Amino acid sequence: MKAGYDERRAADYMNSQLVDGRVNLELVDDDGMVLNLGPQHPATHGTLRIVVKLDGERVVWAEPVCGYMHRGYEKLAEVRTYPQVNTLLNRIDWLGSFCNEVPFIQAVEQLLEVEAPERAQWIRTVLFELGRIANLMVFLGDMGMQLGAITPPFLAFRDREHVLDLIESATGGRFHPYYNRVGGIKEDLPKGWIADVLATMPRVRRFCDEMEEMLANNEIFRSRTRGVGVIRKDLALSYGMSGANARASGIDWDLRRDTPSPMAWKHAKFNVAVSADADSFARYWVRLVEVRESTSIIEQLLTNLPAGPIQAKVRKIIKVPPGATYVETENPLGQMGYYVVSNDGLSPYRVKIRTPSFNNISVLPAVLPGENVSDLITIISSLYFILGDVDK
Amino acid sequence: MTEDQAPVESPSEDQLKADAALASFSRALSELVGADAVLASESSGDVHWVRVSIDHWHAAAGAARDAGFLYFSFLSAMDWLPNPELNGEKVFDPAHEPKAQVVVTDQVVRRAGGGSRFQVIARVANPDTNAALILTADLADDLTAPTWTHVYAGADWHERETKEMFGIDFAGHGGLRPIYLSAEFVGHPLRKDFALASRIVKPWPGLVDMEEMPKVENDEQGSDQ
Repeated sequence: MKAGYDERRAADYMNSQLVDGRVNLELVDDDGMVLNLGPQHPATHGTLRIVVKLDGERVVWAEPVCGYMHRGYEKLAEVRTYPQVNTLLNRIDWLGSFCNEVPFIQAVEQLLEVEAPERAQWIRTVLFELGRIANLMVFLGDMGMQLGAITPPFLAFRDREHVLDLIESATGGRFHPYYNRVGGIKEDLPKGWIADVLATMPRVRRFCDEMEEMLANNEIFRSRTRGVGVIRKDLALSYGMSGANARASGIDWDLRRDTPSPMAWKHAKFNVAVSADADSFARYWVRLVEVRESTSIIEQLLTNLPAGPIQAKVRKIIKVPPGATYVETENPLGQMGYYVVSNDGLSPYRVKIRTPSFNNISVLPAVLPGENVSDLITIISSLYFILGDVDK
Repeated sequence: MTEDQAPVESPSEDQLKADAALASFSRALSELVGADAVLASESSGDVHWVRVSIDHWHAAAGAARDAGFLYFSFLSAMDWLPNPELNGEKVFDPAHEPKAQVVVTDQVVRRAGGGSRFQVIARVANPDTNAALILTADLADDLTAPTWTHVYAGADWHERETKEMFGIDFAGHGGLRPIYLSAEFVGHPLRKDFALASRIVKPWPGLVDMEEMPKVENDEQGSDQ
């Protein structure tokens, strides 16, 4: 009796040392070995901790622990003016920051009943796609690193720099553009920018070719990703997975193509990559195709870019009339939306930030059990999340 | 029973499809819990805002899934406590007790209406037609809602987040552990009467600029080009 009690107390102590209130870990229940992954792990793009219980080489239970980067943006947005909120949103998904601004600004424009001029919409769309390329290029290289190939991330960071340079020369910021304004954009494109972009796009496509040759056609890469981490279509939908993760599970859904939007996607022809394989390789392949399609969208839009003003008439002090709306766009990581409620104030009454990564990784407890421990990193990195996007 | 069926002059094909989506949801819900389950609804485009009773919250999830809204987008809550002190214009004063009785009747802000201080809100969508349902329900004083996790597995984390941010319980959820904050954290940060500490310590630096601005009602000049 006494020994059992001490054992239990020892386990309780271990528990309290190992975990905090966010984890439900029953160490005493069975003999599984507990493996703690992170929070500092290169595969997590930030600080995510994953606690898994192993039976030999197989995962029997897994729980992601997030919150290490929680910055409380929903609360902070309530005490900032609408233009100030925008600076917070840049920092949600920091690899594709431009894309975070757009749905929020669109929501505010909807409530204000103003619409940005045609040229501003086109420029927004071009920069949105550049943000997508910059974001997904990191994934295309980084996925190689998670599987032990060191060259792809170097190539990715080398070539992404060209895209970041373009974003910087147009917006002034490499990572945090703060370029969207209610009713338009900050300023017009710099001279010679369009030619620069058109010269860079073949470079991005060459990078995609390199990645295809190095990783997608690589025997080792294929055997380590094919059939690993299969997420069925119905599971993906009920967890709210979106973006490339959903399309790799056979869900043919892309908001750029399927929803009416003031943005300029309707003026470009592009394909939406869908795969029915639903495994890690499919998720890689879908994003590879997506980057190529994005370069094509940018080229089509820039060759027909309309002239005109870039800013609609908006009052200097933005006071939004009462109303509530939800706007979402197809961001690099998935569907990102803002539920904005205004109560006739200078700052929003409530902003609910619906981030794609939060839903995308909530599927992990359902997917990881049954997998080999060596496939853990493959699955985690193929789901591709940014921790700022999970924790908000 | 719908309050506001948006009158459309020439309903497009998309519009018809979207209306059919709402109709099939209402039908599925009334089959589950009887007629008049939809307390109020309003539509804009293919987004439908529907308010149901909190007793039917779980049935509404099932009906939505049966009607083809397979995609779970998010679940959260709203705190409608009117608190101008937190509106960015003034510093929150902890000595000032917020009003006990809450009357927010502004139908423009509260899509599909409602009268309680706390509301749960969830969005589901149909990936084939793009129609979306935004479901809301008024919460009683016990602040408990039935869980959605048996219908939409993704609701698990969202309910945990709502629990820690608003203090709303989800009956039948199993493990409503905190998800972002540490277990020792006291309070529910997204409630309107939760003071933001940094605003108490130091007044809002942006406030100075705001007051300097001219307060002309008919300020029709556009922003500087």
